[in-house]
Amino acid sequence: MAIIERPEASPATTPEYVTPSASMGFLRRPVETTGWKSWAFTVDHKKIGIMYGVVAMLFFFVGGLEAVLIRAQLAQADGTILSADKYNQMFTMHATTMIFLFVMPMAAAFANYMIPLQIGARDVAFPRLNALSLWTFVFGGIFLNTSWILGGAADGGWFMYAPNSSVPFSPTNGVDFWVLGLLITGIASQVGAINLIVTVLNMRAPGMSLMRMPIFTWMAFVVQMLLLFAIPVITVALFLLMFQRNFGATFFSVEEGADPLLWQHLFWIFGHPEVYIIVLPAFGIISEVLPTFARKPLFGYPFVVFSGAAIGFVGFGVWAHHMFAAGLGPISVAVFSVATMAIAVPTGVKIINWTLTLWGGKLWFTTAMLFAIGLIVQFTIGGLSGVTHAVAPSDTQQTDTYYIVAHFHYVIFGGAVLGLFSGIYYWWPKIFGKMLNESWGRANFWFMIIGMNLTFGPMHIIGLQGQPRRMYVWTENRAGEGFFNLGFWNLVSSVGTVILAIGALLFLVNVWVSRKNPPAPADPWDARSLEWITTSPPKEHNFDRTPTVHALDEFFHRKYEDVGEDGQHDYKKVATGEEVIAEEEAHADAHIHLPSPSYWPIVLALSMPILAYGVIYSTLLIVAGAAIAILALFGWALEPPTAPDDDFDPPSPDGDEPSKELVANV
Amino acid sequence: MSDATIDPDATTDDTTHVAPIHDDTIPAGYDDGNDHIGLAPHHTTTGLSNTKLAMWMFLGSECLLFGGLISTYMLYRNRQGDAIGPDQLWDIPFTSATSFVLLMSSLTMVLSVTAAQRKDDRRTRLWLTVTALLGGLFLSGQVYEFTVFYREGLGYTTSLFASSFYTLTGFHGVHVAVGIIMLLSLVAMLAKNRLIGDKAETVEMIGLYWHFVDVVWIVIFTLVYLIPA
Repeated sequence: MAIIERPEASPATTPEYVTPSASMGFLRRPVETTGWKSWAFTVDHKKIGIMYGVVAMLFFFVGGLEAVLIRAQLAQADGTILSADKYNQMFTMHATTMIFLFVMPMAAAFANYMIPLQIGARDVAFPRLNALSLWTFVFGGIFLNTSWILGGAADGGWFMYAPNSSVPFSPTNGVDFWVLGLLITGIASQVGAINLIVTVLNMRAPGMSLMRMPIFTWMAFVVQMLLLFAIPVITVALFLLMFQRNFGATFFSVEEGADPLLWQHLFWIFGHPEVYIIVLPAFGIISEVLPTFARKPLFGYPFVVFSGAAIGFVGFGVWAHHMFAAGLGPISVAVFSVATMAIAVPTGVKIINWTLTLWGGKLWFTTAMLFAIGLIVQFTIGGLSGVTHAVAPSDTQQTDTYYIVAHFHYVIFGGAVLGLFSGIYYWWPKIFGKMLNESWGRANFWFMIIGMNLTFGPMHIIGLQGQPRRMYVWTENRAGEGFFNLGFWNLVSSVGTVILAIGALLFLVNVWVSRKNPPAPADPWDARSLEWITTSPPKEHNFDRTPTVHALDEFFHRKYEDVGEDGQHDYKKVATGEEVIAEEEAHADAHIHLPSPSYWPIVLALSMPILAYGVIYSTLLIVAGAAIAILALFGWALEPPTAPDDDFDPPSPDGDEPSKELVANV
Repeated sequence: MSDATIDPDATTDDTTHVAPIHDDTIPAGYDDGNDHIGLAPHHTTTGLSNTKLAMWMFLGSECLLFGGLISTYMLYRNRQGDAIGPDQLWDIPFTSATSFVLLMSSLTMVLSVTAAQRKDDRRTRLWLTVTALLGGLFLSGQVYEFTVFYREGLGYTTSLFASSFYTLTGFHGVHVAVGIIMLLSLVAMLAKNRLIGDKAETVEMIGLYWHFVDVVWIVIFTLVYLIPA
């Protein structure tokens, strides 16, 4: 928000306090640098990233609580903790919360925070749109969860298959909340995707060619491309469902001659890319973590990049493997079966690359590294069971059993969530300037890894034994005998959930015990990429001097010099991270403009849940929401993204701190 | 690996040749493009302005939105049961005329963009207004058409064909309406000189959106009206 003026060669970074004139549209812009206003109206990608992360973590525990209730219900035969109705709501909201309100926003948190730092930019391309994405997601998530107290949550599963989602089968407003909530969070993803794509393509520091981009930025970029083209498809599906439920259309009513498979196609054309939207950010994170802690470059960087892009492309061509049991006909099934097997190839390439990155490295088993290695192992298990689904005849046996549940939890928890935790431990000192406790971190990791295997491992068995998904009870007389007794394995799974939940809580404990840790060193991990060429936490303007990039792993190459001879490589440390940063600070840019905070993103975001409540309850609210949206849009359009120079107080000549109060009655 | 010269851009695992570290090869006064975020179109990595790139990305995703709606219509276009169907409803000459009006609005939009690039504010505003009027004419035609269809017995919930037809053309109509609002706002902001950033580029961006909406209509008109049921 600040304009930073400083004398040549002086790395002073204190922003001057400013007094806005009335030059920003029809409201003076916010100038607070502390307190809640500095967060609510910020356009700083770092603050936005942190808020994304905090809110996502909150929803992680909400979704986790729902999971615990589900497993408590299934721990014993004929469970009585949840009614059938509540159970349906529970598993629907568990999946919806974990996917849309935890994994995606958590990945967005890292993408927001890290992409500008990794490509050497001072902010994203459209800082106000970035704030809009955040607040739209936050309000959408809250809106979705208010359904719990407004007549019950959605109960059709996260895929919300038609015609089950129609009013006769789901008469509460739960599905309406779900539809509108996902439309709102979809806007957040869509706006964020456009913003980050433009940022990656357009805002790179000098020398930062595409093939020098840190691998996390690459994977996050592929994810944004997937979002860009997948979100509109689910938007269509959601609108059709909304018109069906609220305005009497019959898009999915079989009795009117409709084809309920239309929903499945639209949903999975979005839904399968969504799988890669969930997991690719984690792939990117561990592709940063593994080389750092193996003290080796990422093996085959171009292969990791292009296999990521290949996953993105092929990911749009395999959706019907979710529908093998729907009667698509042999040709469709064969084509999608083969395509699905093909997508295992680029995924396998990545696993090979990670393994060979570790091979021969001097491994340093930090918590971040443990989570990264955990991902390789657990995700591979999930990937292998995934290949068994690709084989259509085998899949028809597994469809709608717990075997599928086992598979996607190994992929989503073992892949995405472990990767995100790896990122949290790796970048915590970057973001907050202090380390997380490693002992608590290791406990966090081991509880989670043991918990997840106990929870999801037995589901392979109970699934192949025939226990269906989404059944709110199982009965003793059908549980089977001996080793394959469903009762035993259901109990193991539920006990595992408790261990997993303790593991997740240990993370909070770790955050608490680490809160007073001393400041972390500038380069605690001997890291490799550009985001470390600045202080931790980074200054508001990220880099004192926009770094010039000469190589992939720029930071590493500034610290190490190749002293090998005859084509052999032998890297010798010639500078510490602190020295590299000091060198940059010594050449600080003199005049840096940052985008100004704004009221309008949060106001515009606020209009969306009001509109959505209006669709459910009252036209009056629609009018109110639309009025707020129009006000915000025009306020936004009339306000320059960066305050002009004459909108700032001139620096006080005698060195007094200028007033930061708004000028009254100008 | 041989010790032959290695392309500095090559980035295979451990063969990267490192350029000298602190060479100051960037020209003095290099503008990193971040100094006025969103306002400095000429210093981006690709050379395209951020706004233009973002607009293209947005339009790319809009293709998928209309793709989904068009697919839904194509699936349901003959499912009207005993109710009134497309053959009894379409008035091809009338819809051709409104389509022509919409396409002509693309021409006036282009005239507006070139006027803006010549910094001719008066003509820019004039052609923007004409574009908005032509868009409004098209929308009025659509409203008239919907009214006629409704009187002939095609309500929104009459049949699958009816719902998918009104949903598809309705979404397009909303896009046109949003376009008209943007055009008129642009005229007002130009008149009051309240436009932020590069005027010509802003006009061009609205133009991109407007042309996209027109192109989508060509697809819709062909698939919905011209292909016999």
